[in-house]
Amino acid sequence: MNVALVKNETGSALSDSFAIARDRLPGTGKVVGAREAAFAAYAQAGLPHRRIEDWKYTDLRALMREVLPLAPAPGTAELTRAATAAKLHAIEGVRRLVLVDGVFAPKLSELGGLEKGLVIRTLRETLEAGDAALQAQLLAPDNSNPMVALNSAMMTDGVVIEIADGVVLTQPLQIVHIASGNVPAAMFTRSLLRLGKDAGATLVESYVAADGAKTYQVHDSLIVSIGNNSRLDHVRLNEDSRDASNISSAVVSLGAHAHFNTFGMMSGAGVSRYQATIAFAGEGSKVETNGVNLLNGKQHADTTLFMDHAVPNGASREIFRAVVDDRAHSVFQGRIIVRPHAQKTDAKMMTRALLLSDEAEADNKPELEIFADDVTCGHGATTGALDESLLFYLRARGLSEKEAQALLIQAFVGEAIESIVNDGLRELAIAAAERWLEARG
Amino acid sequence: MSLLEVKDLKVRVEEREILHGLSLTVNPGQVHAIMGPNGSGKSTLSHVIAGKPGYEVTGGEILFRGEDLLEMSPDQRAAKGVFLAFQYPVEIPGVTTMNFLRTALNAQRRARGESEFLVPDFLKKVRNVAASLNIPMDMLKRGVNVGFSGGEKKRNEILQMALFEPAVCILDEMDSGLDIDALRIAADGVNALRSPDRAMVVITHYQRLLNYIVPDVVHVMSKGRVVKSGGKELALELEASGYAQFEDAA
Repeated sequence: MNVALVKNETGSALSDSFAIARDRLPGTGKVVGAREAAFAAYAQAGLPHRRIEDWKYTDLRALMREVLPLAPAPGTAELTRAATAAKLHAIEGVRRLVLVDGVFAPKLSELGGLEKGLVIRTLRETLEAGDAALQAQLLAPDNSNPMVALNSAMMTDGVVIEIADGVVLTQPLQIVHIASGNVPAAMFTRSLLRLGKDAGATLVESYVAADGAKTYQVHDSLIVSIGNNSRLDHVRLNEDSRDASNISSAVVSLGAHAHFNTFGMMSGAGVSRYQATIAFAGEGSKVETNGVNLLNGKQHADTTLFMDHAVPNGASREIFRAVVDDRAHSVFQGRIIVRPHAQKTDAKMMTRALLLSDEAEADNKPELEIFADDVTCGHGATTGALDESLLFYLRARGLSEKEAQALLIQAFVGEAIESIVNDGLRELAIAAAERWLEARG
Repeated sequence: MSLLEVKDLKVRVEEREILHGLSLTVNPGQVHAIMGPNGSGKSTLSHVIAGKPGYEVTGGEILFRGEDLLEMSPDQRAAKGVFLAFQYPVEIPGVTTMNFLRTALNAQRRARGESEFLVPDFLKKVRNVAASLNIPMDMLKRGVNVGFSGGEKKRNEILQMALFEPAVCILDEMDSGLDIDALRIAADGVNALRSPDRAMVVITHYQRLLNYIVPDVVHVMSKGRVVKSGGKELALELEASGYAQFEDAA
């Protein structure tokens, strides 16, 4: 309702910027209607603030202040700089799909030689001409979460991936978000992955900045459906610039006997929030969701997970580790709901935070809502400093203070990183953690 | 020059003085045993030599090859050749023993300006040492001391000692928690490391360990001081008469 707070830097209301951007936003008919409804929902709520329980620890009015105007479509200069960043962050053996300033960049992407049963489209073309089922899936998220609503209103581009029944992709797919950051701006992206029955895939999402990128905002969302007997491995690495904000949402739904293994690492961005809803729609499915926050300076990173056990015989495991230095702030909110019919649910959540300075802060908020009576559910949370007796043991064996700390920090995050199945991707996460430790000096 | 010289050492923990002017001179090639009842300050001495935080040295000095040891950080002491075998080795989940050993060895070598060990050379060295101590390589792939028995933990300490080749080894209550077989294996490991260039300080409550590691010099500590020193027969004398006489003397 506080319209004054929904302003961009020029002082004009965001609704003006929505009006201005409208011509650039893909879709007609139903899509336009959905955008307008989403924008109205967002405009009424504004940026979420600390008086809203779900955003208690991540007050975007204080942290982000405003939503920046839609980033201009990248020109030759931006694409050239993005190409350099893409090379720098390239992962061997993956199929790269690149978004630059929120717009799909075909020249930087690898679209040749697609495996049989793999179809890749852009969000733009799907919203403009795609089939009704895909559009319905893309427009499915409701507007109750203001940041999802904003994303629904403004989504400009993204990647829409379909994997047919019975197809197990051997090559991981990677969606790379690159911000050229030429002018302070926001990018709004939405991607979709639809995995058929008896299928398998690995999806990597990376967020990086081109060299010299200025202030920018990433507003992203990912919609995933995993068919019966299918498996998706998902790795998310946020290495955005320190001047950036990254507000991302994921909505994942699993069929029966499906398996979702997801790992997220946040070491970048000044302000970030990753909110994921994982819904069990079919029986006998399994979810492992693991995450690591590596934060220093004044970084703020929030991981908010909602595990929705709606059917019987589901299993979920959440392992989350935060390493917080300087004046950084790590937030983990883990909500598990076991609905009345979801008997034999086995849900566990463990979150641990390591504080490396007196001013570092970690907030853990586990919430269990159990409405079934034959379930195994548990959660645990710890917060503490590095163990002095372990540090002394390592120092007595010749490790300097920094080396001893680094080894213990690696061990601390190791359990979560070990959950990554793909060797190459696990190495990548380990390397990212090592880079963070080295940068500590 | 003596290897390790403790001169009139006074140490406080919080407000309480634990060591009241302790002196000890250890020469290369020697094995010293320090015996004494619980609370006599034996472990405090070993901790202060290794540089454990939380102890305040209020008087005296510790020289290592004539250098002021108290001015050095624990890692500098380790690189110089001071090794403490812990009474209670800690468990470090998530750090494999192998990774820990290599990181530590190379950190010490770097500090001394020596080249780091490459993986194949390191593996060869560890394999040889482990075999001599009856340590299966599988054990080294697990987290440091995680799930190790008391005997395995102590053997892991001796493995490190053999790998790092320190000049002075302080063995703090190596026999605690070990049955007779485990004790024999550990003691054999220690004896194999005796050399004319190396000295050992064996801290123990019981004479039993000294049947396996035969000392050159035995010191009796009581109430924060060395109250008597003598040859290995002093240990046997203690076994027969107990510590009470020295507690009175102190």
